[in-house]
Amino acid sequence: MNIIVLMKMVPDVVEPLEIAEDGKNLDKEAIRMMASESSEHALEQALILKDSVGAEVTVAAIEAPELDDALFSASAKGAVRVIKITPEQDGLRADISASVLKEFIKQECGSPGSDTLIFTGSQAIDDLQGELGPTLAEQLGLPFIGVVTSIKPVEGEEGKVTAIKEYSGGLRGEYEVALPAVVGIQAAEQPSRYVPFAKIRAAMKSGSIESTEITPEVEGRGVEIARMYVPEVTGRAEMIEGDPETVAARLIEIFKQNGILG
Amino acid sequence: MNGGILVLAEQLKGEPTGVAFEMLGVGRTIADELGVQLEAVVIGGEGDEIASGLGAADKVLKVDMGDDQMPVSDTVVSILDQVSDKRSPALILIGCTNVSQGIGTRLAERRGLAHLNFCTKVNIEDGRPVFTSQLFGGKIFADATLPEDKGVVSIYPGAFPAEAGKSEKTPEVEKIDVEVPESPVVFKRFIEPEIGDVDITGYDVLVSVGRGIQNPDNIELAEELAAAMGGAVSASRPVIDQGWLPLTRQVGKSGMNVKPKLYLALGISGAPEHQEGMKNASMIVAVNTDDKAPIFDISHYGTTIDLFDLVEVLKDKLEEAKGT
Ligand SMILES: Cc1cc2nc3c(=O)[nH]c(=O)nc-3n(C[C@H](O)[C@H](O)[C@H](O)COP(=O)(O)OP(=O)(O)OC[C@H]3O[C@@H](n4cnc5c(N)ncnc54)[C@H](O)[C@@H]3O)c2cc1C
Repeated sequence: MNIIVLMKMVPDVVEPLEIAEDGKNLDKEAIRMMASESSEHALEQALILKDSVGAEVTVAAIEAPELDDALFSASAKGAVRVIKITPEQDGLRADISASVLKEFIKQECGSPGSDTLIFTGSQAIDDLQGELGPTLAEQLGLPFIGVVTSIKPVEGEEGKVTAIKEYSGGLRGEYEVALPAVVGIQAAEQPSRYVPFAKIRAAMKSGSIESTEITPEVEGRGVEIARMYVPEVTGRAEMIEGDPETVAARLIEIFKQNGILG
Repeated sequence: MNGGILVLAEQLKGEPTGVAFEMLGVGRTIADELGVQLEAVVIGGEGDEIASGLGAADKVLKVDMGDDQMPVSDTVVSILDQVSDKRSPALILIGCTNVSQGIGTRLAERRGLAHLNFCTKVNIEDGRPVFTSQLFGGKIFADATLPEDKGVVSIYPGAFPAEAGKSEKTPEVEKIDVEVPESPVVFKRFIEPEIGDVDITGYDVLVSVGRGIQNPDNIELAEELAAAMGGAVSASRPVIDQGWLPLTRQVGKSGMNVKPKLYLALGISGAPEHQEGMKNASMIVAVNTDDKAPIFDISHYGTTIDLFDLVEVLKDKLEEAKGT
């Protein structure tokens, strides 16, 4: 099996986010980029398949700050090839990213065969316009399934996998998918593996990141952003200040007043 | 706006989902303000029962699916593409749910339309719909319009009132014939949530832990606090994905929808997907060191002290209070 994991770098939302002067973008200076959580899960799911059925895992991503670290870490975890696609793109346009990645897939495998799975993260936090997985699937003419939390080969049937997809309320669905296919991974079957820094350093030393340049075909069907802003708060919480003792005492008072404690 | 509005009446297990009515409600408002038609598409479903419950629409377009009651997303895209050819809507509304994930995006790509995701608000300004979407875990909003007001918009569940999309009226139902293509993706079966663990939907008090709880050993702190309040421990997704608590404890979009008397959120940022499962709790109290965390916007009370400084003290005081 041949698995291509398309990793996406997104701003770390634990850091404070600021709006750029034009009022329509994030201030790039103020953000720290990291691999999106669901693309980390996509990588992990690919590595799980590598361990269980011997898949070959390639990780590719469009250039972004901190990308090298993410790629070295993927390489240390077990990806055979890690590839950076230049130049950098604006993260808010899934259709543009998809057109770049479509060209990349074509370069890599011509037309993907029945041993090929393309993993993306399920959905990204910076993506106002659509999602990457289904856009890419459409551009490549491949089937798509998203919000997937498990992928296993169907025993005795080459080129088929069983995928489990989440709905709501803990309800899930089982699907059979004939490859090649694009799959949006929500969470891997296991938490992401830990990789010691020594291994990442070794990957850095071997300098194994490949690089390829692809210019996107820009289509004129983007949405028009009027403004981006930190949401105006409508019903903000009453904040309780003080040391832990004071806060705890006030909370208990509130619980009692509201009939929560007996 | 040059054309009507088409709503995909989303279903799960043969029932219309909440977002179907939310979309009909917001679709009705836009349609009335702009003087255009509102149509709902029902794909599959037994008889006419679902279609006849969608009276908020001017017309319901019904596509028969025979035995296939859970059409996969690629199939739905193909059906909606054909229906759109026949009806030429300006605006197509799809649920921003796990069930419909990918449909809006793929449909927009196929039809060369713009797609706006994560929409939580619509305003009409100068005769044009302006859509507000939430990004970056709910920390940033964006207002945007569609080119020529045409495109696909994914509506965030829980953002619009479902009541507004319910009507006693009986809608006109039209059967639409389309070609249903074979898909390489085949639905096999539903997997029900495992029972046996705690049913968090049945508790008056939930102590809910997020990534801020840091490691599995600290879950016990929350367990003790919950025990002191006669409640149970629930969690946000990262805690479940790490395997620190079972899936049955997950609150949110993919997890459970809970409405306890008290939801005490410890180290949870309040991402939209989490809010979806808990924002209707009678009282929400948030403990989060980041005073900008979105959880505070939907909480009744909040504090920015470190959860590890508070939990033990709170537990002791609760036990004291019970003793007296
Ligand atoms: C399709 C889809 C479905 C999803 N379904 C769900 C779902 O069902 N449920 C769900 O929860 N999420 C779901 N998510 C994920 C969701 O987007 C968020 O990633 C998740 O809710 C974040 O969890 P969190 O708040 O625990 O973590 P974070 O966002 O990392 O927040 C941790 C918070 O803890 C605070 N903190 C850290 N240390 C302390 C301390 N010592 N004291 C006090 N506060 C502290 C931090 O300030 C931070 O705000 C889904 C996502 C997608 C794309």
